[in-house]
Amino acid sequence: MTQSGPVMGRTHEWERGRSAIGVGAASTDDREVEVEVAERDVRETLRGQITRLEHESSAIVAEGFPHISPADLQELRGEAVAGPRLLTLAELERVRDRLAGHTQDLRRLAAERVEHERRAHEQLEAMKLEPDRHKLVRLPVRDLGEGGCGVWEVRPRLGLIGMLAGWWQVKLSSGCPLAKGPRMARGPLDYSVAERHRAMLAWGLVR
Amino acid sequence: MISDDAPEPEPELGWRAREIERELPGLGLMVVQARVARPGALGARSPVGVEDRLHELSNRFRGARAVTLRREPVPAAYRAFFRHVGLDPDVARTPIEAVALERMLRGGFLSGGLLEDSLLIALADTGVPVWALDAAAIDGPLGIRTSVEGESLGRSPRAAEGPLPAGRLVVADASAALAVLFGELAVDHEAKAGTTEVTLFAIKVAGVPSLYVEEALWMCRATLEQP
Repeated sequence: MTQSGPVMGRTHEWERGRSAIGVGAASTDDREVEVEVAERDVRETLRGQITRLEHESSAIVAEGFPHISPADLQELRGEAVAGPRLLTLAELERVRDRLAGHTQDLRRLAAERVEHERRAHEQLEAMKLEPDRHKLVRLPVRDLGEGGCGVWEVRPRLGLIGMLAGWWQVKLSSGCPLAKGPRMARGPLDYSVAERHRAMLAWGLVR
Repeated sequence: MISDDAPEPEPELGWRAREIERELPGLGLMVVQARVARPGALGARSPVGVEDRLHELSNRFRGARAVTLRREPVPAAYRAFFRHVGLDPDVARTPIEAVALERMLRGGFLSGGLLEDSLLIALADTGVPVWALDAAAIDGPLGIRTSVEGESLGRSPRAAEGPLPAGRLVVADASAALAVLFGELAVDHEAKAGTTEVTLFAIKVAGVPSLYVEEALWMCRATLEQP
């Protein structure tokens, strides 16, 4: 018994130390797992934000075309393509931040465009109300947010006579000239230069 | 090997490495086997029906669609996924946007042989990209994993190709990386003119219904198997 006491005591201390180390290791592991799970959750949140920003910027480009085009923002394009990989937290943050900046600039362009169209509508109203105060002013329908090549113009009625007599009127010119005759006669491979240019503009290949 | 009296194989889900499963749970691979109906047909001119289908798709795919494409659910899902894996879809275009651009620039979907046409029809119709590998050159089921240090595409990579950077997302079989995700295929595993059985695979991302992916694979397979 006398010998066993100290032995028992030492055993007890050793076991206590071992269990303390064990608890410490377990808690470190738990903490690492918690950190890993938390980081994964953050990465998932970042991916969600990237998806929302991507959808928003796509919507602005699609709705604002041809007035807003990816070509306007070429300097904001991403870094050179490095290939698909699992992004780290920092990389996802960079992607999110760059896309947020890109979307912000698109929002600004969209707002400027709305303002531009509002001013154009006001000008057209003024031209219609007081044509003689807007002599020979031209306003393309594109400035009003409409498609086509028409132009609103304040012109003299009856040409020179109207000009001398002060008879002014607002007229809308005809639309775009056809590139290659009637549309129905053209097959899918007969693609007009204008259409091709518009497509290239849409994809940001030309400014 | 597909025997003549065997039932039509269903598209199967490919495996995913654990880290990909955790990190990108919406990413998946669907695989189906197809037998080329006419030997040597892959590199040959497409039948008239296939060329007509391309023509019809060209007519449906006009400038207005190309502009609004990025807002459609399936192309939008691929755009978002590209950003999730470090690709800028305005620089490295998603497959559907790449063909839309080609369509606009060339004035139509031009035929490039049966294999190319079948992949193009499936992509243009569903928005889901499909790739084809030579079934005889594949070792075991396909899956998605990250590349390891010093690994190259294919089992016998050419010296000029060089190794892939570690961590690249790749489609692989049991023994080698066969394709970079949304990227190039290993040259020695590509389906060629004389290939008689092809393994078709499509990549599903979050936001793309499985139905679309299966449809793309079926469509491609049906085009290749038509007599």
